[in-house]
Amino acid sequence: MSPIIEVDGLVKHFGETRAVDGVSFAVETGSVLGLLGPNGAGKTTTVRMLATLLTPDAGRATIEGLDVVADATRVRSVIGLTGQYAAVDEKLTGRENLWMVGRLLGMDRGAADERASELLERFRLSDAGDRQVRTYSGGMRRRVDLAVSLVGRPAVLFLDEPTTGLDPVSRIEMWDVTRELVGDGTTVLLTTQYLEEADELADRIVVIDHGLVIAEGTADELKDRTGGRTLEVELTRADDLERAAGLARGLGDRRVTVDPERAALSVDVGDDTEFAAEVVARLSQSGVDIADFRLDRPSLDDVFLALTGHGTEDPTSSPEVAS
Amino acid sequence: MTAPTAPQRPRGPAALFHDGAILAWRNLVQLPRTPELLLFTLIQPIMFVLLFTYVFGGSIGQSLPPGISYAQFLIPGIMVQTLVFSTNSTAVGLADDLQKGLVDRFRSLPIARSAVLVGRICSDTVRLAMVAVVLVLVGYVVGFRFEAGLGWGVLMILVAVAFGFSMSWVMATIGLSVRDAETASTAGFVWLFPLTFVSSVFVPVTSMPGWLQVIARNNPVTLLSNLLREFTLIGRPAAGTVLPVLAWTVGIVVVFAPLAVSRYRKV
Repeated sequence: MSPIIEVDGLVKHFGETRAVDGVSFAVETGSVLGLLGPNGAGKTTTVRMLATLLTPDAGRATIEGLDVVADATRVRSVIGLTGQYAAVDEKLTGRENLWMVGRLLGMDRGAADERASELLERFRLSDAGDRQVRTYSGGMRRRVDLAVSLVGRPAVLFLDEPTTGLDPVSRIEMWDVTRELVGDGTTVLLTTQYLEEADELADRIVVIDHGLVIAEGTADELKDRTGGRTLEVELTRADDLERAAGLARGLGDRRVTVDPERAALSVDVGDDTEFAAEVVARLSQSGVDIADFRLDRPSLDDVFLALTGHGTEDPTSSPEVAS
Repeated sequence: MTAPTAPQRPRGPAALFHDGAILAWRNLVQLPRTPELLLFTLIQPIMFVLLFTYVFGGSIGQSLPPGISYAQFLIPGIMVQTLVFSTNSTAVGLADDLQKGLVDRFRSLPIARSAVLVGRICSDTVRLAMVAVVLVLVGYVVGFRFEAGLGWGVLMILVAVAFGFSMSWVMATIGLSVRDAETASTAGFVWLFPLTFVSSVFVPVTSMPGWLQVIARNNPVTLLSNLLREFTLIGRPAAGTVLPVLAWTVGIVVVFAPLAVSRYRKV
């Protein structure tokens, strides 16, 4: 498979703000790429350049081999864009929104009607289809927005923070819909500041911060990069904690931390699962009462902290530049 | 499920016409669903005609040339004033589309570049024509008549709407230059008061102080109001009254249409 999206050294500055400062990545046909980063990292600016809404200051990007600047109009017939804020006309009905875009894409009235009904049904909006969008719930708005961006059956779909501000149920609904799309062969570029979301949906993740790509890989690869796994052991009696920690330290040069509140100790075991088994066996043989133990993989939050030195909700980040 | 269709989009100027028409449809279909817009479109002109005719008509009527009723004087002027004020919705509509991300949606579609602008201005021009017709109907209730015949009356409406169309391009430029719909509404509104009041819309210019008369006489709103009065009262306009109005109407479009288009390309 060859990449359907190729991004090479994209740059966009807004005055002093280096919103995107040389971003490169590629997206394989039919896959989901998660562009992950905190607010202000440059995700939206990158997507806006790929969606032909902004002209890059430097670098180039192609979609299906078409340059996003030189072949902008042809790129537009290949892509669909679903923004952070549902860009549908609130005073039109769901059906009218879909019909209008179908007509704009060159469908005749009949074909636009048919496509609208088809998409309303697919996104479970048939009952609400003839109501104005302003009466819709947040989740319904996102669904109709997504439906509108699919009218032309785009090969590439940009989902810019598709679940920001949605309640958990609507979020999971959006995730299911996204998976279905990928099942149909659509290539998806998803931006998100939710690590869980990238983990759930993306085949590959590009981590971006301050306009730069700081890491790239599958969710598992990124997690491995923070040093692998942690053994968590909960004890029955907090009194045993110090002795247990001593025993674990005695087995090898590993970082061991204790949490007296939970009567738990954690041991960084890297990818050495045998060492973890050894620790558990040793504690148990020495008469330490174990209530529970498990092997944890780091969350993507840990990954982000390890990569950037700050969490995903860094208040010092520069504000996202949207236009 | 139907088989994927390969829609054929028109090319060149036909594309702008096709896309502009669909986007104009989009704006017009919302009109009855937007009470405040409908209010401005229908109620405000009715109210203005009634208020001015019955509150001010008595005193202002005195200073008019003999044989001309205040309704005869007022309706052409108030038509210009109302149409000019109505163009404010072009600024508000475009700023709103920008703010809500709809312009992004349209710009990410393979449609004609200026279609959003053209669609907006076309639908607003249709709305202006509706306002003009309502005004004439209310005018007939208070005693206004097309003295020179229906043909000149229709021409009066067309010329007034053409000037409104041209002013819409100014409003489009404003709407695309501000941050949100509220700012667009204010920025599009304030300067309309001096523009329409320092004119012959409500009172004869001769009743103003000398220095103000100079401004009022050259105000396009005055020139247009006077021309419309000639259309309704006499029919054939006097020499030299058509050209200035034509020049303003065309001139504003020539200056502001490229400005609006270039603002649209930069948003």
